[in-house]
Parts: sequence; structure tokens; C-alpha cells
Amino acid sequence: MDSKSIRQDFPIMSRLIHNKPLTYLDSTATSQKPAIVIDTLADFYRTTNANVHRGIYTLSEESTYAYESSRAKVAKFIGSPSADQIIFTRNTTESLNLVAYTWGRQNVSEGDEILITIMEHHSNIIPWMMLCDEVGATLKYIPITDQGELDLSNIDSLITPRTKIVSLTQMSNVLGTINPVEKIISKAKEKGALTIIDGAQGAPHLPVNVEELDVDIYAFSAHKMLGPTGIGILYGKSDILNTINPFLGGGEMISEVYEDRFTWKESPWKFEAGTPNFADAIAFGAAIDYLTDIGMDEVRLHEIEITGYALEEIRKIDKGIKIFGPDDLSIRGGVISFYHDKVHPHDIAQVMDWEGVQIRAGHHCAQPLMRRLGVPATARASFYIYNTEEDVDRFVQALKKGGTLFG
Amino acid sequence: MDNQGDEPQFDELYRDLILDHYRSPRNRGVIAEPDVDLIQHNPVCGDEIRLTAKIVDGRVSSIEFTGQGCSISQASASMLTDMVTGRDIEGIAELADSFRNMLRGNEPNERLMEDLMALKGVSKYPVRVKCAVLAWDTLQKALEL
Repeated sequence: MDSKSIRQDFPIMSRLIHNKPLTYLDSTATSQKPAIVIDTLADFYRTTNANVHRGIYTLSEESTYAYESSRAKVAKFIGSPSADQIIFTRNTTESLNLVAYTWGRQNVSEGDEILITIMEHHSNIIPWMMLCDEVGATLKYIPITDQGELDLSNIDSLITPRTKIVSLTQMSNVLGTINPVEKIISKAKEKGALTIIDGAQGAPHLPVNVEELDVDIYAFSAHKMLGPTGIGILYGKSDILNTINPFLGGGEMISEVYEDRFTWKESPWKFEAGTPNFADAIAFGAAIDYLTDIGMDEVRLHEIEITGYALEEIRKIDKGIKIFGPDDLSIRGGVISFYHDKVHPHDIAQVMDWEGVQIRAGHHCAQPLMRRLGVPATARASFYIYNTEEDVDRFVQALKKGGTLFG
Repeated sequence: MDNQGDEPQFDELYRDLILDHYRSPRNRGVIAEPDVDLIQHNPVCGDEIRLTAKIVDGRVSSIEFTGQGCSISQASASMLTDMVTGRDIEGIAELADSFRNMLRGNEPNERLMEDLMALKGVSKYPVRVKCAVLAWDTLQKALEL
């Protein structure tokens, strides 16, 4: 994969920040967009825009076709057996909340347990905590080792017959750890729990096949994988989606409405009340095409290479820089969180910005994990297909400069 | 702020006095049997400041801080302890108002601000203003100002 030529496809990459070339290292938070995605969105509004479904006229037919084609592309991309199992939401957070509010409220009751991990993003903690508080269930956590991998030594006692939901991230947004989700899914299934994967980082960076994973629910966001903001995906197994009640009520999701009752459509439409965000969903289709052309195996290979290079270069700088997450690149995505014993993460990010290097500093929406790591915050650099070794070099130079200025 | 053109200088934000307070904080510690004792966090970034103080006859007779966070938040807390020691409650309220006013980008009262002038550059960095005011938030809440 040639990340230098890929970079040319991203208009924002020609921007200067404080007169320096843009070094964008925050794709874990959101990715940049290739011209084809931006153009697809603009072209749709210029040439095709009309509300989807039920329109008996050309524009609406075209719009509906493009929207449903995007759904089919998403299904194919993650190996979903059918497009009807792909629900468009706003983002991963909404996808997870949808399950918590529907399946969760229907199936979890007092004394039950929900199992997550200590490395979860708040979006895969809070919906379950709210559910537990409401129904009197208990939220439990799979711990991590000091290397930042899941500690599965007590997994058999953590998953019990009372465990109703097991939900975990495929790849940590802080540690970069790629979790052995298949193993946990099969353990959870032995006890009859609903299995959920937060694929917010997994889908953009790893080849994913939901059928092979045998997972019940898989959630992710378009904007972290070259698509526009405002589009999330909820994949579910048919037998799960068919048993859950609608989440939001309104137009689009109904079949028949009377003064005193209504019936609803099948999945996915029963979960898509109101005018959906079809324009962004259609632009997301262009992002999926773009990633498919590159190939997710290639994406993964590139990230192994660039992360390996970055880890090597950072380790050369200073013994005072602690890097979190596994050393083994086969279980690590393109995320490097670190802590400098002399320079606070915010000060590092500030100084780096002046060099055009855009990194994130803070708790990364993972406060329980920060506590486990024993730090108030970390600085985090993350990589995607458009990042080159030059980006890593500029990052390392800026990091050295920061260390000198505060040292 | 035009991020395309300008090239910020390190010392416009990180003045020597800030780095000096960051590296060698004043009044760092916890006072035994304090009259006020309060911890505040910046939920956005996890920065934390704890202030303990003795109040005698409506004046801060001694004050110490502990906490963790970036250079701006810690230096600001250190400066605060220097500035409010010996000052009465009304004087602290006036100082805090004036400090906040400066961080909103308004011209400060230099005579009143003294060393706090070093933090003037923070006003150009809206995200960092919260770091600079964390200690003042803590103090004002502790003193119920």
C-alpha cells in the first residue's frame, strides 16, 4: 500500500497548520475524508436529493436506491448475510444505546449481570450502567494485565448463568489492544449471554466478518473510517433483531397506524424512525468502496508497519516516556498512548500543534482505564492509511522538542 | 486565530514565570486542620486541584495546594497561593474577577494582577483557559464567593 499516493486523495492534507505541513495523528477520534466521499456527498445534494422511500418520482427513486445500495455495501463489507441486518444510526454510541434500551430493557432484570471490560470507551460503559441502575442488575468488568491485554484468567467465573450481556471492544481506542473477541464470544454463548462487539476501532482498521465472529451485535461509526459524521451502524443477527421492539417511534418505522394502535415494519426499517440521514449514508457507501479497493488486509499491514516504526522511534527518545499497550504488533492496532514523566499530555499536544502535529491528549473517554493505568490522562497518536513515515518523523521531532522545552 | 499563517512562539504561552512555578511550585502541600478544604476537577482533561487554607479574621492566613495536571493548571494554582496569602475575602473576589476578565481577552489591571500577568497569553487559547481558572474555581467555591 502506498500511503504517499493515498495521501493525495485527501484534500485536507495540503493544508498548513502554523505554516507547517499537516501531520494528522488523531484518526482514532475521527478520520479524514478522501475527495470521493466529499464529492459524493456534494453531488448527491446537487443532483439527486429527495426523501427516501414511498416517493413515486425519479429523484426519490434514485435517492432510495442509493441509500439502500449503501446499506448493501456495508453488509458486504462486514460479512453480514443480508442488508436487512444493517441499521443506520447516528454513531456507535447510538447503536449501543439502541440495544440497551430495547433488548436490554426486555431481557435484563434484577440480579442479572452485564460483563464489559475495563478498557471500554464510555459509550460501551454508560448505556449498561444506566440499564443496570434502572433494573437492579450488576455491571462487571474483565480486568487487564500490565501489558494492556485482557486478563482472561478468571473469565470462567466472570461469565455466569446470570450474565445476560457480554459487550466489549474489538480494539482499544487507548491501548490499541486487539482483543481475542472470538474466544470471549464463544464463552459468553456457552452461558447464553447476548454478545456485543464495539467495532468503532475494529471496523476501520481490521478485516471484519461478523458471521465468522458469530457475534450477535456489532456496532461502529462511519466517520472513523473515511465516511461522514452522523452515520453509525448497528448489525444484528436476524433472530435478535426480529425479537426486539422498536427504539424510536415515528414515520418510516410503521406499517399501519390506527387511532389506538400501530404495527411496525421489519428490520432494519423498524429501527429507523423519521427521515434518516440518507445523504451521509450514501457518502459512506463511497468510503466503503474506497476502503474495499485498498483492501482491509492492506490497511492492517500498513498500520502494523507504521506503528512498529513509531514505537521504535519513540523508544529511542527518552526513558521517561512510558508507552501503554502491548508490544506484540500482531495484537496491536495503530494507536500509541504515552505518558511523559516531565511533560503533561496537554502541554505535549500544545507544543506539537505548533509543529503541525495533531495529537489528542486527555482521558480519551475511558476514565476507568485511566485509573487502572494510574495516570490522569495520556497523549495519544494514532495512524491510518494516509499516514507516512514522514508523519512519524515529524511527530518524533516535535516530541523531542517538547521534552527539551519543558525539561 | 488564524492557524494557517501565524507561527506561535513557545514563550508567548509558556512564560518563564509559568515554567518556574510549574517546576518549583510554591506552597505545595496540605495544611493540617484547615478551615477550608476542597478538591475540584476539570472533567474535560482530568486535571485536579486541592486547596487547603486557614482563614483568620476574614483573611487567608495560609494556603497550600496539591494536584495534578498540565503546566498551566499547576502553575496557576501555585501563583494563586502566593497571591491570596494575607488577602481578605473581598480582595480575593476582586482579584478573581480581574483574573477571569483578563482570560476573557480584556485588558488587565496590571497593578492588581502582578505575577498573574504571566498567564495573560492563555486567553488566546480557549481550551487552556479552563486549566488556568481551575484553581480559582476551587478557591471561590471553597470560600463560597
